[in-house]
Amino acid sequence: MRYLSEYRDPTVARALVAEIKRAATRRWVLMEVCGGQTHTIVKQGLDELLDDAVEMVHGPGCPVCVTPLEQIDKALALASRPDVIFTSFGDMLRVPGSECDLLQIRARGGNVKIVYSPLDAVELARKNPDKEVVFFAVGFETTAPANAMAVWRAKQLGIKNFSVLVSHVTVPPAIVALLESPDNRVQGFLAAGHVCTIMGWTEYEPIAVKYRVPIVVTGFEPLDILEGMLLAVRQLEEGRYEVENQYVRAVRRDGNQPAQDLVSQVFELVDRNWRGIGPIPRSGLGVRAEFAEFDAERRFNMEGIRTAEPEICRAGDVLRGVLKPFDCPAFGTMCTPEHPLGAPMVSSEGACAAYYNYGRFRSGSAV
Amino acid sequence: MTIVCPTPIATSDRVQLGHGSGGKMSAALLRERFLPAFQNDILAQLGDAAIVDIGGHSLAISTDTFVVQPLEFPGGNIGSLAVHGTVNDLAMMGAEPRWLSAGFVLEEGLALDVLDRVVQAMAAAANQAGVLLVTGDTKVVERGKADGIFINTTGVGVRHPDFAPAPARAQAGDAVIVSGPIGRHGIAIMTAREGLAFEAEVESDSAALTPLVRALRDRVGDAVHTLRDPTRGGLASALNEIAAAAGVGIMLDETSLPIPGPVAAACEMLGFDPLYVANEGVLVAFVAESRADEAVRALRAHPLGRAATRIGRCVREHPGMVALHTGIGGTRVVDMLPGDQLPRIC
Repeated sequence: MRYLSEYRDPTVARALVAEIKRAATRRWVLMEVCGGQTHTIVKQGLDELLDDAVEMVHGPGCPVCVTPLEQIDKALALASRPDVIFTSFGDMLRVPGSECDLLQIRARGGNVKIVYSPLDAVELARKNPDKEVVFFAVGFETTAPANAMAVWRAKQLGIKNFSVLVSHVTVPPAIVALLESPDNRVQGFLAAGHVCTIMGWTEYEPIAVKYRVPIVVTGFEPLDILEGMLLAVRQLEEGRYEVENQYVRAVRRDGNQPAQDLVSQVFELVDRNWRGIGPIPRSGLGVRAEFAEFDAERRFNMEGIRTAEPEICRAGDVLRGVLKPFDCPAFGTMCTPEHPLGAPMVSSEGACAAYYNYGRFRSGSAV
Repeated sequence: MTIVCPTPIATSDRVQLGHGSGGKMSAALLRERFLPAFQNDILAQLGDAAIVDIGGHSLAISTDTFVVQPLEFPGGNIGSLAVHGTVNDLAMMGAEPRWLSAGFVLEEGLALDVLDRVVQAMAAAANQAGVLLVTGDTKVVERGKADGIFINTTGVGVRHPDFAPAPARAQAGDAVIVSGPIGRHGIAIMTAREGLAFEAEVESDSAALTPLVRALRDRVGDAVHTLRDPTRGGLASALNEIAAAAGVGIMLDETSLPIPGPVAAACEMLGFDPLYVANEGVLVAFVAESRADEAVRALRAHPLGRAATRIGRCVREHPGMVALHTGIGGTRVVDMLPGDQLPRIC
């Protein structure tokens, strides 16, 4: 298949692996930021091929995983209301809130629908004028333009019963927070290619210089990731710290300007809590005052929501790359995809789910 | 506002859609709620069909209920599916399907021309599979109490004395063979239901597998240890069930999996794994290695099995677990899913 099988070619992969091993005079610690990349690494067994010539730690780039508990609980509260049709991308439905998840709310009679585009939620609002349609606007810079478009479109169409529960986050502040953390071990980053498709990489240039850390904008197929690793290892070996673009077929330095314009028209930078990591200043997007009527948090009374995380879950350490999923005491025993304690065990992009679903063969652990 | 959700996350006191996904939640429902109430030796075999011996004959009995939306989809409709599903369950136990019953739940307001098309498709499918629909029942419920048409079919088939494939008979050394491209039914249904548009339309593979089973039986006979039609839950779930039932490991080769381009493309876009997508006209066979090439040739001789191919083998290592050699040279586990696959965010 075009644009797919070429990037999974085993012969080229073997050559890249050999090149990485040749280039690395010591073991470097790299972080892939995006959960999609984590899954490629574990699903294709890339870490196994590398024999630990490079240690990959898994970053916080799983939107499902870092969506803060209070936003999940707000979603559950909204979805429980009889006057609301709550719409979401599929993988948010199984994320545990303090007490249950959206699938269980649906089983109790809540009207929860999976949509494939936020514009479908706008259409649903148009067709159901007697209901409030709320869309769970989650994700990084990648999904922000489409979600901004939904709000913009609803305003254009004069739709009065549509709103978004926003939990958008942005990547660069998270990278900075990780680099400033005292237990940081990461020496180079593979930046998330799809985020950069929208945003370009100019935001990363000052970070690379200030923290003397290579950042390679990287795609999601096995060969993309191996090439990203090779570029990062070469920089580290040569003492360079630059932003390099591996994902040339999709990313330009300035990104997608119309998409950025739309995002900044509808959203503004806000402080945001990251599940498992904590608050990061100016790391999230919130709805601008001009579009306040489309902001579910302003539209509905959201007071009285109390959150409670399971104490044993160490998702925060996993998301910061301090702990490998295998080393969490709950992994595979108390916490499984059927009964997840933390979000990384839920999402198809979560590091714990990746290890559980694909990685157990290597760990030898009979979970 | 407080959330009305008193139970802890690990246990739900309600049925969820995931309980019907064919994954771990379905298995738990069966294990914890149904089996303890109905236990007997025949049920305990848990094959695609029950095997009962009567008057010197071995019969296979299977029942299945069909609730698909949309009722009509590229490659078939709920009527043809209701015949194929039950007929195939019988065939997977090595039985020659003979008689079918059909129970219809119709929703008030259903267009009669839709019903006619469903019934015609059912009759054609039964004809083609060589089964007689010998008894039936119809109920009509108020609008909103059903989704157009629900159909239950129960089938009875007669087993051949020297042909007894069963999940527990898979053994280390067996070749794992699929009869055709995987993932077509699930993707056809999903694209029709959600109105997703992809460049190439995917048609359901819904078909009676009896001719393929006959071909295997006639050509390699009892060297066929296990047959399964990987429907709900896809190939991965079916293989996990076999690995567990037989206490063997299964090692697949990713590059040999027959995944049609349009199915692969749709799965890439939705974040699905084709290994978990439903099939309705594909069988997976575990065949003694010495007869495996012959089995592939026998399947390929029939139009339904033209793309039959080996996809892996049964191994002594990692009993109960399905693993896969990735195209790129790594290895990973292919587990059962807890519930339905959920489309991802980005």
